[in-house]
Amino acid sequence: MSKGTLFDKVWDLHTVGTLPSGQTQLFIGLHLIHEVTSPQAFAMLRERGLEVLLPERTVATVDHIVPTTNQSRPFADTLAEEMMQALEQSCEENGITFHNIGSGNQGIVHVIAPEQGLTQPGMTIACGDSHTSTHGAFGAIAFGIGTSQVRDVLASQTLALSKLKVRKIEVNGTLQPGVYAKDVVLHIIRTLGVKGGVGYAYEYAGTTFEQMSMEERMTVCNMAIEGGARCGYINPDHITYKYIQGRDFAPKGADWDKAITWWESIRSHADAEYDDVVVFDAAEIPPTVTWGITPGQGMGVDQLVPTPAELHEEDHFIAEEAYGYMDLTPGKPIQGTKVDVCFIGSCTNGRISDLREAAKVAKGHHIAEGVKAFVVPGSERVKQEAEAEGLDKIFAAAGFEWREPGCSMCLAMNPDKLQGRQISASSSNRNFKGRQGSASGRTLLMSPAMVAAAALKGKVFDVRQMLN
Amino acid sequence: MVSEVKTVSGRGIPLVGNDIDTDRIIPARFLRCVTFDGLGEHVFTDDRKALEGKHPFDQSQYQGAKILVVNRNFGCGSSREHAPQAIAKWGIKSLIGESFAEIFFGNCVAIGIPCLIAEPIIVKQLQEIVTTNPQVAMTVNLETMQVTSGDFVAAVSMGEGAKNMFVSGTWDACGQLVSHAEQVKATAAKLPYLSWN
Ligand code: SF4
Repeated sequence: MSKGTLFDKVWDLHTVGTLPSGQTQLFIGLHLIHEVTSPQAFAMLRERGLEVLLPERTVATVDHIVPTTNQSRPFADTLAEEMMQALEQSCEENGITFHNIGSGNQGIVHVIAPEQGLTQPGMTIACGDSHTSTHGAFGAIAFGIGTSQVRDVLASQTLALSKLKVRKIEVNGTLQPGVYAKDVVLHIIRTLGVKGGVGYAYEYAGTTFEQMSMEERMTVCNMAIEGGARCGYINPDHITYKYIQGRDFAPKGADWDKAITWWESIRSHADAEYDDVVVFDAAEIPPTVTWGITPGQGMGVDQLVPTPAELHEEDHFIAEEAYGYMDLTPGKPIQGTKVDVCFIGSCTNGRISDLREAAKVAKGHHIAEGVKAFVVPGSERVKQEAEAEGLDKIFAAAGFEWREPGCSMCLAMNPDKLQGRQISASSSNRNFKGRQGSASGRTLLMSPAMVAAAALKGKVFDVRQMLN
Repeated sequence: MVSEVKTVSGRGIPLVGNDIDTDRIIPARFLRCVTFDGLGEHVFTDDRKALEGKHPFDQSQYQGAKILVVNRNFGCGSSREHAPQAIAKWGIKSLIGESFAEIFFGNCVAIGIPCLIAEPIIVKQLQEIVTTNPQVAMTVNLETMQVTSGDFVAAVSMGEGAKNMFVSGTWDACGQLVSHAEQVKATAAKLPYLSWN
């Protein structure tokens, strides 16, 4: 049993009581909702005659279904329009703040909460979306939940949960140039497996994470769930505080000093006990791309697609499925694999620093013929900031389309989709079969800089060779 | 509306494969909806189309089956409750597998569908039993934590908390959670960050 970790402390502070089942009733400090997983929850509340207990603790936005080109209402997609109206109405009726398109605050839910300063250390956060783990970058305990649980949080501001074990994942040292937070997390998942984290909260520790910006930390925590861990977090430090200070919902005046004292107190103790510890060396992490149909099927960009002999026996079945689906040959390089579509965006890599890194690669070059490349900022604020820096111009000159904020082709619930067997180089987080909108479409996950490199070359390419 | 789930009986249906994710269970395009109704017919839709009628969910011998037997890390990926809802609306009442993704498992609890864990060898045997004899009845008993099918008896498991919720009929936690509003407010009052904004 873990002891003295941030997870233990935050869990204890938010424990309301123990339920007859033995589970903990846990208070949720911040509840984020969006259009996909909440309409049914509001319907369930209505059916049971329940009210939203603390509407001020829920914040809504719209991200999954929004078109990234023409956003005028009503949406061309009538089902999307219906979902949009359902959310608008639920928020209105229940007194919930809704960051709608054009408000200046809309965007992917996991991008907008941190940028407004809503996400803070020591909080518990829940959202009907598995990538809620993102908010752990601030030292919050953040869970993805299902729709029935969205109902529970709306009605009671609590969840029934069993406590997780805590695994410390330590990465030490400096990353090579051309290696990013995305590569770190893909490398971790590749090593520990997509189910390695089931039953665990991941504490990311060590000098590599300590040196990372908040945006990089968010990329890492975002994908904790892809490694099976329901939440991942990093202890808050001066980088965290600097990021929060001055944002809309940041503590102000005397509260700021109180906040820092409290945030410092919830950090994991130096002598905290963990259920498990795993250590990595940053210098050994290469630019990583996925070759298969789970985020754990990753490889160094300069390596060969693994043969079954190089994989654990229990991974053979899914590997065979992946070779066939992806049409990649074991033992052959992944570099040089032709790509059709290049997508930069998502809650993993749609923040300003991601766009800057991609723009650095794209600047002064042009995308290869036959490639479709597009950049989707994670939020209206990210878009505005990028335009103020002229990133949109750099991308446009390089042949990338510059879009409106949303989830876009991360899961293709909007018009942005792969067609047929197209292969995408994608900065998103899931390469599942059919994930990007075509039942036979293929996805190669990689960092935004690597996606930009792939767009310029028309094929998978080691970005390190372009940065020299 | 809450009821005890102590046993589930019915015919089994095998679905072989590790890491079957929620995008495969119900692709994102079917999430464009404001109710869960009608999801049952779209469960595994792309996999089913690809297999042209040979997917277990399309095979005549498995129509009406209630117990789905899966392998490792079933339900990984997205938090969409649409996934267990689609499986449940197709007719499944319980799952047995080597392991389940965390959020998927929790979503199943919340809608009263128990997911039982069994050793890989047991799962393999169960899948063989329902493949060779699809009509055989199977029973999952949550009190004894056993699955039986004819002469075949094997142990299954589930975390104590979830097991208690099913057996005592408290798997729908909403009512209990709501009834503790006073304690909830007392807990909230101790949290410093709630007064900062
Ligand atoms: S960007 Fe992708 S992973 Fe993130 S919330 Fe949107 S759909 Fe989910």
